[in-house]
Amino acid sequence: MIRVQLPAHLRTLAHVEGEVNLQVEGRVTQRSVLDALEAVYPALRGTIRDHVTQQRRPYLRFYACAEDLSLDSPDSPLPDAVATAAEPFLIIGAIAGG
Amino acid sequence: MSSVRVLVGTRKGAFILSADGKRAKWDVRGPFFGGWPVYHMKGSPADPNRIYASQCSDWFGQIIQRSDDGGKTWDTPGGGIEFTPGTMPKGLSNRFVYDTSAETGKALTTHQWYDGTQHPWEFKRVWHLEPLGTDPQTVFAGVEDAALFRTTDGAQTWHELPGLRGHSSGPRWSPGAGGMCLHTILFDPGDPRRIYIAISAAGAFRSDDGGKSWKPINRGLKSPYLPDQTAEVGHCVHHIAMHRTRPGVLFMQKHWDVMRSDDAGDSWREISGNLPTDFGFVIDVHAHEPETIYVVPIKSDSEHYPLDGKLGVYRSRTGGNEWEALTKGLPQRDCYVNVLRDAMAVDSLDSCGVYFGTTGGQVYASPDAGDTWAPIVRDLPAVLSVEVQTLP
Repeated sequence: MIRVQLPAHLRTLAHVEGEVNLQVEGRVTQRSVLDALEAVYPALRGTIRDHVTQQRRPYLRFYACAEDLSLDSPDSPLPDAVATAAEPFLIIGAIAGG
Repeated sequence: MSSVRVLVGTRKGAFILSADGKRAKWDVRGPFFGGWPVYHMKGSPADPNRIYASQCSDWFGQIIQRSDDGGKTWDTPGGGIEFTPGTMPKGLSNRFVYDTSAETGKALTTHQWYDGTQHPWEFKRVWHLEPLGTDPQTVFAGVEDAALFRTTDGAQTWHELPGLRGHSSGPRWSPGAGGMCLHTILFDPGDPRRIYIAISAAGAFRSDDGGKSWKPINRGLKSPYLPDQTAEVGHCVHHIAMHRTRPGVLFMQKHWDVMRSDDAGDSWREISGNLPTDFGFVIDVHAHEPETIYVVPIKSDSEHYPLDGKLGVYRSRTGGNEWEALTKGLPQRDCYVNVLRDAMAVDSLDSCGVYFGTTGGQVYASPDAGDTWAPIVRDLPAVLSVEVQTLP
């Protein structure tokens, strides 16, 4: 199981409260976690990464274990603590605008 | 007894204002989609309980919401919770992808950027949703960067009508201050093949074949900010309105100038007449009087507020040129709000109601065709759009 924390607006959009728990097959990477997230919650498709390019949206960042993973390859393994659900994978909205 | 439902999009959510035919007591519901800009909401003429909304943000992109119960509940078409991981996600309602070359996969064209260089097309948001009058499942969407999309499955999937953006003038279109948005979509009630659209800052276009091909309809427009002031494209058209009984007569609020066409846009003439300023954004037509039109004059393109701090709607009962100020009930001092291009609408009750919203969060209603005004609400977030449904 993988734990994912979403920004409040995306929790509303997906009709979830608190953390999201996901089953991820194979290697635990940004891509596999987001694939699993979008498969369960299709309303989130296109909100975290672009529909076509699959690039992270510019005002969102990915954190885990107190590290900024935003610029890591989407296919790099996430920390073991995320893969074992000891720590959540954080999707954070930038503080910008009003 | 008939009633009205006013659909209000704001910078921080959507609101639905309802009243009976007297339009004196209002019920206010919302915010829906709180915290998100809602550029536009519109109900289907074919099924008034079907309402579409464009919700978007710089953080999370575009969302399309749909209600099938008059705005009580909402959902993203095809975006419901999927309990079978591993299957393909179905949430495509927010997928607006420009057509590309089938051979190269690359963009068909570029457009002109603010600095005059060519720039790739980038989808940013949906500005306007226009449900087809005969089918609640079919909706056209005007988007930024300017393009026209259509759904025929109730907003689950969207496809571009590429003939518009593919027009040979496309590389000469450039964004206005608010972005390069396609903000106006008008269907000819008597000819399902005829569609009008308008883009800031490209101008107006017409299709006579259901959206496959388009022609610019800007003859007669004059824009001093263009090197060629009467160019085929490049004009900053702010809004166009039409009366459904006379689809060949169009009224336009351009950046500056209020214009009229009596030949389906083939030519335009100025009807600013005695307006105190002919800059503005909104324009609309009385529901029962095709020669009665409304604008809200704004001081200038660098001062987006009313002249002298006095908010006024101006009405012409002669199809333009002769205008009267309608100020009863509107603030006549210290008012410095704007009224954005999609923020005026009319109902079709016997005594035509007129509505508009301001960037100061007020939504004003006039149940007597503009003679008197009163605020329905005063303190919403900045209003982006106002639409009205007249319900039996």
